[in-house]
Amino acid sequence: MTNLDHVRNHFPILDQEVNEHPLVYLDSAATSQKPKSVIEALEDYYNRYNSNVHRGVHTLGSHATDGYEGAREKVKNFINAPSIKEVIFTRGTTTAINTVAYSYARENLKEGDEIVLTLMEHHSNIIPWQQAAKATGATLKYLPLQEDGTISLEDVRELVTEKTKIVAMTHVSNVLGTINPIKEVTEIAHQNGAVTVVDGAQGVPHMSVDVQDLDVDFYAFSAHKMCGPTGIGVLYGKESLLEEMEPVEFGGEMIDFVNLHDSTWKDLPWKFEGGTPIIAGAIGLGAAIDYLNEIGMEQIEKHEHELVQYALEQMNTIDGITIYGPKERAGLVTFNLDDVHPHDLATALDSLGVAVRAGHHCAQPLMKHLQVAATARASFYLYNNKEDVDVFVEGLKKAKEYFGDVF
Amino acid sequence: MSFNNLDTLYRQVIMDHYKNPRKRGKLEGDHITVELNNPTCGDRIDLQLKVEDGVVKDAMFEGEGCSISMSSASMMTQVVIDKPVKDALKISEMFSDMMLGKEMEGYDFDIEELGDIQALQGVSKFPARIKCATLAWKAMEQGVEKDES
Repeated sequence: MTNLDHVRNHFPILDQEVNEHPLVYLDSAATSQKPKSVIEALEDYYNRYNSNVHRGVHTLGSHATDGYEGAREKVKNFINAPSIKEVIFTRGTTTAINTVAYSYARENLKEGDEIVLTLMEHHSNIIPWQQAAKATGATLKYLPLQEDGTISLEDVRELVTEKTKIVAMTHVSNVLGTINPIKEVTEIAHQNGAVTVVDGAQGVPHMSVDVQDLDVDFYAFSAHKMCGPTGIGVLYGKESLLEEMEPVEFGGEMIDFVNLHDSTWKDLPWKFEGGTPIIAGAIGLGAAIDYLNEIGMEQIEKHEHELVQYALEQMNTIDGITIYGPKERAGLVTFNLDDVHPHDLATALDSLGVAVRAGHHCAQPLMKHLQVAATARASFYLYNNKEDVDVFVEGLKKAKEYFGDVF
Repeated sequence: MSFNNLDTLYRQVIMDHYKNPRKRGKLEGDHITVELNNPTCGDRIDLQLKVEDGVVKDAMFEGEGCSISMSSASMMTQVVIDKPVKDALKISEMFSDMMLGKEMEGYDFDIEELGDIQALQGVSKFPARIKCATLAWKAMEQGVEKDES
């Protein structure tokens, strides 16, 4: 197994006891923990150069602007975007997808057009499209899931037609762990004249993502799931498309000239960043990217893969466990254990210091498809190790025993 | 590694209500229906109440959720049946105080005489689970308000 044990020391939060047990944090798909270097970057900004950006001539202002725009450059390199014009800072993945749904979709969709989604989408990649469809008269089409929780390219070829204008799809399912063939789907979308919008919230934190290689039109992700702070995310979009799009928020920061009755916008990417931007957040995201690069995305991906395969192996030894999703998957496992409700299971694990998620994971259509009201989920990141999996699996066995007795 | 304080939450009587809910099913005839869910976790309750002359004559529920939400629903129906609406609402307020770990003072009821709901006292030590326990009670409150309007 890849050895990333030294990484644990970088995360101060992991060094504590919860309910009198050492913390085992298995909820990184909800939000990741932050390394010291990210926390220090935020502190440093507020302690030494907090200032507004893109204005004024004073020294702190230009230091803050360098920090903010430097972070954009780091994001650009991290996802291999051709230009910083294509990297827009947003509040997170949800805001990024909504920006496309409000601006691009409402400008380009008309009655009879179709938006293709999958059944495994997070609510944040469903509802913006429902609203855009309602506003324009377009209709939504859902790609079915195969038995193992993957999509088939044959289905994509069948469902994506000349009527399709947008294909919106998650890179990695936050429930099933399925890694979708984004490159191939994008090729099919383009052959039909459609654009792809990819929810990369569970992608970018866990694998190398090259937006040019994938050839996606829009790609959205959040900093807080990749060791960065909450409140900031990224919308990548192809320059030619962003150029034609209207901003969604209007006000300070995003304008060029303001007259009494009309105004003009700044160039890309700033025309999409109305108001004082998320300066500290961007600097924190920049530090997170530096950190991930230092460890190496390939190392992280490999480590998570080994960990999740080990977890699957161990979990499968428990009688009465149901695991959802394919064998080849990203670093998370969603499951149910006998008739124990996931909330009860999560409470039992929490009393052992093990943090897992329970509920519908913001994917109600998928839950309906799986015919379950709720599930439990353990998700891994670079700082987890085999011992975490062992404690978790031991906890599951104990919970099974406990609830088997009392239920 | 042991579940040191789990027993304060999962009392035997809670598990009994979960396994054998007392008033699970559908009411016949005229009644009020309230469907409530807890959007963050997927718990759902479909509560039916028969209210006549300001008195809860009958109550039944369907739904899905964890042991805490479903046992609380079962216990709630037990307690409110045959109680005047105003008493049912008072007891709900009292239950809410219990969940928040507050002293239940100034009420005309004795918690020990209100069916099995006292068994849920331990939930107050598990803040993440309070919403599970209060779901059925909120449904009841909304139901009787519907009747008044």
